[in-house]
Amino acid sequence: MRERLAQIPKPMRENLITFGIVVVAFIVMQILISLNMLSHLMTGLLVPLCVYVIMAVSLNLTVGILGELSLGHAGFMCLGAFAGAFFTKVMENVITFSLFRFILAILIGALVAGVFGLLIGLPVLRFRGDYLAIVTLAFGEIIKNIINALFVGLDDKGFHFSLRDSLSLGMGEEGRVIINGAQGIVGMPRDSTFLIGTILVIITLFIVLNLINSRDGRAIMSIRDNLIASESVGIDVTRYKLMAFTISAALAGVAGVLYSHNLNSVQATPRNFGFNMSIMILVFVVLGGIGNIRGSIIAAVVLTVLPEVLRGISDQRMLIYSVILIVMMIFNWSPKVLEWREKHSLKEWLSRLRKRKAKV
Amino acid sequence: MNFISFLINGLSLGSIYAIIALGYTMVYGIAKMLNFAHGDVIMVGAFTVFWGVSMQGFDPFLSLLLSITICIILGVTIEFIAYRPLRGAASKLVVLITAIGVSYFLQNLALLIFGASTKSFTSIVPFGPVRLFDGQIIISSETLVTFAACLIIMTSLTLFIHKTKPGQAMLAVAEDKDAAQLMGINVNGTITLTFAIGSGLAAIAGVLLCSAYPVISPYTGAMPGIKAFIAAVFGGIGSIPGALIGGLLLGVIEILGRAYISTQLSDVIVFMVLIIVLLVKPTGLLGRKLQEKV
Amino acid sequence: MKKFRKLFSLTMVAVMAMGVLSSCGNDARDTFMIGGIGPLTGGAAVYGISVRNGAQIAVDEINATGGINGKEIEFNMQDDELDAERSVNAYNSLKDWGMNILMGTVTSGCCVAVAAHTAADNMFQLTPSASSVSVIEGNDNVFQVCFTDPNQGIGAADYIGQVGVYADGGELVSRVAVIYDSSDVYSSGIYEKFITAAAGQPFDVVAVEAFTGDSKSDFSVQLQIARNADAQLVFLPIYYNEAALILTQAAAMDYFPVFFGCDGLDGILGVENFDTSLAEGVILLTPFVADADDARTQAFVAEYQRRHGEIPNQFAANAYDAIYIIRDIILHSGATYTMSISDLGNALKKAITEISFTGLTGDNMTWRSTGEVNKIPKAMIIRGGVYIGL
Repeated sequence: MRERLAQIPKPMRENLITFGIVVVAFIVMQILISLNMLSHLMTGLLVPLCVYVIMAVSLNLTVGILGELSLGHAGFMCLGAFAGAFFTKVMENVITFSLFRFILAILIGALVAGVFGLLIGLPVLRFRGDYLAIVTLAFGEIIKNIINALFVGLDDKGFHFSLRDSLSLGMGEEGRVIINGAQGIVGMPRDSTFLIGTILVIITLFIVLNLINSRDGRAIMSIRDNLIASESVGIDVTRYKLMAFTISAALAGVAGVLYSHNLNSVQATPRNFGFNMSIMILVFVVLGGIGNIRGSIIAAVVLTVLPEVLRGISDQRMLIYSVILIVMMIFNWSPKVLEWREKHSLKEWLSRLRKRKAKV
Repeated sequence: MNFISFLINGLSLGSIYAIIALGYTMVYGIAKMLNFAHGDVIMVGAFTVFWGVSMQGFDPFLSLLLSITICIILGVTIEFIAYRPLRGAASKLVVLITAIGVSYFLQNLALLIFGASTKSFTSIVPFGPVRLFDGQIIISSETLVTFAACLIIMTSLTLFIHKTKPGQAMLAVAEDKDAAQLMGINVNGTITLTFAIGSGLAAIAGVLLCSAYPVISPYTGAMPGIKAFIAAVFGGIGSIPGALIGGLLLGVIEILGRAYISTQLSDVIVFMVLIIVLLVKPTGLLGRKLQEKV
Repeated sequence: MKKFRKLFSLTMVAVMAMGVLSSCGNDARDTFMIGGIGPLTGGAAVYGISVRNGAQIAVDEINATGGINGKEIEFNMQDDELDAERSVNAYNSLKDWGMNILMGTVTSGCCVAVAAHTAADNMFQLTPSASSVSVIEGNDNVFQVCFTDPNQGIGAADYIGQVGVYADGGELVSRVAVIYDSSDVYSSGIYEKFITAAAGQPFDVVAVEAFTGDSKSDFSVQLQIARNADAQLVFLPIYYNEAALILTQAAAMDYFPVFFGCDGLDGILGVENFDTSLAEGVILLTPFVADADDARTQAFVAEYQRRHGEIPNQFAANAYDAIYIIRDIILHSGATYTMSISDLGNALKKAITEISFTGLTGDNMTWRSTGEVNKIPKAMIIRGGVYIGL
């Protein structure tokens, strides 16, 4: 068995392990649920975990693989969440088969976020480094702010839009407001399940890992490693950058649909779709290892569960969370600490012990 | 008359952005890092004065000095504990995340110490507003002080950087850290000095911010911090006159956008203008063109 | 190095596993366990913390006098950071703790999300301050202590139009401006109904200006526009934190209209270090004022000040009432903590429509089965730094 595993080329082997982890985690959770051993908190966290794993993996595509810093990832999640929720709300009584409706909503969320990813990427990807970061931040905030001021209503004459308030929609008697500005979309069916979430995680992993190991993926990574060299060997830089950025945005849209259908309402607040969320996802990516997909998954899970587990110490909870964050960053990345860890690692210690024994 | 009123409001807001942006820009120019905790140092500065003046009854100027001292110590400590160990880390992103950790830390610490409720801040400016044209235009004393402070700080910073040895060292470190080290410049010391100046400025900015818009809470610094960061990018990050121009323009655009286009979408307008400016001038208004090294 | 990292991750995982698995089947309670949810950190923390403090005083008072049926009750408030998803997490975490009654959530947006879960569990839910209609709509297990937003909007328009408000010069107000928070559910909810109701009233709305959660540090533009429109009254369906700044900025530009607010404005006199002379003449429709002269309010305010060093706002008062309402309906229905969550829910749902409650935030409050409360808002005016009934 070991030998046969060794025959599989290394990247594929690594990918299989990643998929394996997801599937095993899913099965373990299902068993725990059926044995009634999982806490309510954890049961409720399963779908959000899928959402953040998809967000982290998709952002890693931009940050780790493409090598560009994006601070507006939550904006695409917001677009997906609202596009999907809007569709579901309008079609609630038209398509009654909820799974089919949800799949359509996911596709629409991905499409809308992807199209905006393409439109935004076109001008934005000319920037590099911190300038790209600030422009993506700006776009993320623009999306959040516009959706917060967006009113959409539906009556027998069709859709009405306004950026002012629901009264200026000018609807007929029977009209209903679907997106109500800051109050968002309320009263949707909760279609997200852990099974669907896990399937979406696997699809996301499949898309991203395949891309990384494909010809296109190698072209994208060559842009990251050396832009000028890749240009000089004839790689269409703009095309590949856009490709990675758009796929990343579309996947964030999928996460958004999953997010909004896990709650029965969706509102664009600074907390869920603002700059803070983009940063939180970036923390997952950096802590899990930039470019390391499996690391993103683990970091997303750990950092989503951590503040919930800390609930017992409610007053100092966020203070402790921030300290843990700083300590983890220094522990994992500081050159000096890494050197120290190299010297004092378990392995080193054991081998020194062995040497000493040999001397004796 | 209305337009002039709006313009003055915009300049007032903009000059506060400008002072905050100066701190951002200095740190960025030298340490090449986005210090997201800068906005929260502002909050600490303002809270120190609030504590001094409103809770202890100290003299406002004594409190201001105290606040500057505390912020300098805080800034240097943050740099030493959270940022310095990460210098030379494999990715620039790492220190960005740490800065965010520091930002959360300061916010939540202030929340525990001062509580969540908003407090009224007593302005430290001792004289009243100036009324022009029979009271049709009112320029608040805070606006005048902020504006003057902004100009004084910018001039002295420019002089400091170009005329003194530590200032020249800053320029050298900003240009090339390794080469500066080889020339015998104490790089760590220079970066510490930069953080000290930036944090001292943050204290002044915080006090002026809360004097002009007299409320204070643990989250007071967060949004102005981000806006000032945008202002710094707007003017060309790393450039001191850029921070001034970026800050003033941002303030004016924000207020005029709110007055003439939409109060709901004023932030959208600010961000749109930022994107358009960057599309035309990718390194900001006064930013230097970066040469890609091959 | 790898080993070290693994060791580190393993400890992390072990710590978390404890939180994940620890509690299973914690249904054997030996008392009533009341949960609370609201923002305890973040920009809205002040509201959540007020609710926690207010409720805790009521819980301590009840326990000091022997609890309910001789058993002390327990209260546990969890943070939701003003985020719907975290609010649901807090709910689930409280269920693990053993909660059988929910006093929450504090804010409307989160409450809508949590109500979907309590409705599925048929857990009795009483929110002290989530005032949006969508909180109770379609959920027969959710009840409110506060007025609904439409009620407040219509009430305010009625008051200004029918009762009438006199401007500084002594003439009846006929020109009204509105400044509201378009990114806030509470504020935009009241605003909408106010505008609709104002159409039939004998005053004109001459300016409508919004602000958002991200741009609430400067109101000079909104005030300037209101002044240009010659508005004699500015309607502020917002919370007192922003209102304190609006009042200060208006005074700085020599603009002195009548400011008129809803229950969110209560607390403005309690803002630390606030120059209360700026609030002179502010009118608000509110069920609670901290310096009412009845003994209960005074005792509550004194106790709150002793514990927390500040004057309680209406969030604290609503939460205080909520805990006593829960006690009253438990006693009225004869429910016990050994009942299943759903049975308890059914008993309390029925009981709350049958009682009449007098507390800090209203006399003879009754509830409809829809979840809405019947009580009469009091119009208050601030004179000489204190509230005076109108």
